[in-house]
Amino acid sequence: MSTGKAGFSVKKYLRPGLKLPFCPGCGNYTIINCFLKAVHELGHEDLSGFVFCSGIGCAAWIPSPYLDADSIHTPHGRAIPVATGVKLARPELKIVVFGGDGDIAGIGCGHLVHAARRNADLTVIMVNNMVYGMTGGQVAPTTPLGARTTTTPRGCFERPLDVARLVAAAGANYSARWTTAHRNELTEAFKRALTGRGFRFVEVVSQCPTNFGRRIGKPDAKAMLEWFEEASIPVEQAERMASEELIGRIVVGVFVDRDEPGLLDRMRAAYG
Amino acid sequence: MPRAYLWPGNIACAEGAIAAGCRFFAGYPITPANEISEHMSKRLPEVGGIFIQMEDEMASLAAVIGASWAGLKAMTATSGPGFSLMQELIGYAFFTETPCVVVDVMRVGPSTGQATRAAQGDLMQARWGTHGDYCAVALVPNSPQEFFDLTAKAFDIAERLRTPVVVLSDEIIAHMRENVVVPDEVCVAERRRPEEGEENFFGPDPVPPMPRVGDGFKVPVTGSTHDERGVRFTRDPLVHRRLINRLWAKIRGAAQELWDWEMVGDAEGQLDVAFVTLGSVSRSVEEAIGILRSEGLRACGLRLKTLWPFPEEPVRELAARSRVIVVPELNMGQLVLEVERVAAGRARVVGFSKVGGGELPTPEELADFALGVVRG
Repeated sequence: MSTGKAGFSVKKYLRPGLKLPFCPGCGNYTIINCFLKAVHELGHEDLSGFVFCSGIGCAAWIPSPYLDADSIHTPHGRAIPVATGVKLARPELKIVVFGGDGDIAGIGCGHLVHAARRNADLTVIMVNNMVYGMTGGQVAPTTPLGARTTTTPRGCFERPLDVARLVAAAGANYSARWTTAHRNELTEAFKRALTGRGFRFVEVVSQCPTNFGRRIGKPDAKAMLEWFEEASIPVEQAERMASEELIGRIVVGVFVDRDEPGLLDRMRAAYG
Repeated sequence: MPRAYLWPGNIACAEGAIAAGCRFFAGYPITPANEISEHMSKRLPEVGGIFIQMEDEMASLAAVIGASWAGLKAMTATSGPGFSLMQELIGYAFFTETPCVVVDVMRVGPSTGQATRAAQGDLMQARWGTHGDYCAVALVPNSPQEFFDLTAKAFDIAERLRTPVVVLSDEIIAHMRENVVVPDEVCVAERRRPEEGEENFFGPDPVPPMPRVGDGFKVPVTGSTHDERGVRFTRDPLVHRRLINRLWAKIRGAAQELWDWEMVGDAEGQLDVAFVTLGSVSRSVEEAIGILRSEGLRACGLRLKTLWPFPEEPVRELAARSRVIVVPELNMGQLVLEVERVAAGRARVVGFSKVGGGELPTPEELADFALGVVRG
C-alpha cells in the first residue's frame, strides 16, 4: 500500500506480523488506506481510544485482527448492537463498525435501522460489494437488477436496497455514499463520520472482482472502477431524475449531515 | 441489617442482579419476563447503571456482550421464544469467554404456545440450544428468594469462569409473591484483569485474565477459533482442540463447586421412592413426600438448583439407594433423560409429564402416581 500525505503510513496502524488476507484487486485495500488516512489526518497517532466491531464477511476482516486496536468480531449481523453496548458502557471511546452489505443491510438490517433511529453514537462503514463475496458470490440485498450471481443464474429479479438513503431516513446524523473510485471524497467522508455525535454512516461501493465482477463481465478491479466512475451520479443531480432513469446508476454524495442529539445525550437528559 | 420484602420473583431477580453489581441491562419485551426489564429501567439509573430496550433479543444479548467487554456486569432476560433467538450469541459468549447472565422465564411452548402460562420446556434448550460444542451453566430457582439468590450467584459464576450463565425460572416463580430477604452484602467475584504487558487473554490459563476494551491491550475478540492471544486460526485442528478442551475443562473442572441441591424427606438409608425435581414443580413434591411417608413408604426428594453441569454425584447416590425415582416436570420429559443416564439402571426411573395451562401437578397426583409405580 502506498503512503499519501507526508508522515502517513498505513503500517503503523496495523497489528504487526499479520498479512492482509484479501484477494488481488479487492476494494478493501483502498478502504483501509482511506480510512487510516482519515484517522491520521484527524491527528490520531495510533488507534488507542478506538474500538472496532465487525460481523461476518470480507469487510468484517478489515479491523479484525488487522488493525492494531481492540476489535470485537461478532456473529453475522450483530456488530452494531455489540458496538451499542460498548459505547453505552464506555462513552469516551470511539466505536467504529465495519461490515459488508450482507452483514449490515441483510441479516443486520434491523439493527442498522434502529441504531440510526436512536442516533446511537457510532461510526458505521458499510462496504457494499453488491454480493455475498466470502461465501462465493450469492445474490445480496444490494445486487443490481439483472446481475448474475451464483444464486441468480438468470439475473437478479429483486430491486437493490438504497442503504445510505434508508439510514438517512431512519434518523442518522450523517449518511454518505461514495465508491472506491472516489478516494478523496471517501477519506473526507470517513473524517466526518469519525467526528461529532450521533449515528454516522458511510456506504462504500466497492469492487469484488473475484466473486462478482467476473460474473458480470468486469473481471478485474480496473474494469469495475471504470464502471463505478461511469455509473456514479451526484445525489443533487439524481434528485431531479425519475426513478427509471436511475436504474443501474450509483448515486453518490451526502444524504444527510446534521447535528441532532445522539443517544447518549438523550439518555443522559432522561436519566438526569 | 438484612431487610425483607414481599416481592414477586421477577422483581427479586432484578434486585438480585443489582445487588450482585449488574450495571447494564438490555432486553426486548416478552411475557412473562417483562417485570424484570421494567424494574431494571427504573432501578439501574438510580445506581449509575444503564438500561436500554433493544430491537430484538439478538440485539439485547449482543449489547450485553459489548457492555461486558467494556467492563460492566451485564444481563438480559427473556422467555422461550427470545431464548431461542439468543442461542447464537450464547454460543458466542461461551466461545469468546464473555461473562454475562441470561434469564429465561419459561412459558408453554413450542412456538408462541401459551405465553402467560408456566412450563419447563427449555431445560434441554439451555444445554444444547446453541450449535457446536457448548458447555452450559444453568441454575433453576424455585422461589422468589431463590430467584434473587441464584441470579446473584449466576453473576459470581459468570465472572469467575468467564462464561455465560443461564437462570431458568418460570412463570409461576416469576409472578408469585413471597418474602425475600436481601442480605447486607452479596459476595460476587470480579473477573481477573490482566497486568500491563500481558497478551494472553484466551489461554493457556484455565480462566485467562480479561481486559476491558479501550484500556490499551489491543485485544482481538472473535467467535472464530483463536489462539491464546485471540488471533483467528480457522484450519488448524490442534488450536481448536486446545481451545475447546480448555473451555470444557474450566466448567467441568468446577462442576463440584457449581452443583447446588437440596434434599427433602428421608435423607439417609434405603428408599422406596425418590423424586428428582427442580423449579416450580418441586413445590408440589415436598407435600407429596409427606403423603407417601404417611402411607408408610420411605420417600425423599432431591431438588436441583444447578441443572447444568448436571449434578451427577447426588443423582447417582440417590439412584443407588432407591427402588424407584420419579421425575415430575412441566414438559414432555427432559430432566428424566438425564436422570436415566446417570442412574444407569441402579433404580427404576419414571417420568411424570404435565404440560399446558401452567398447571402444576398436585401433591396428591404425584403421590398417587408414585404409589402406583411402587405398588403396581
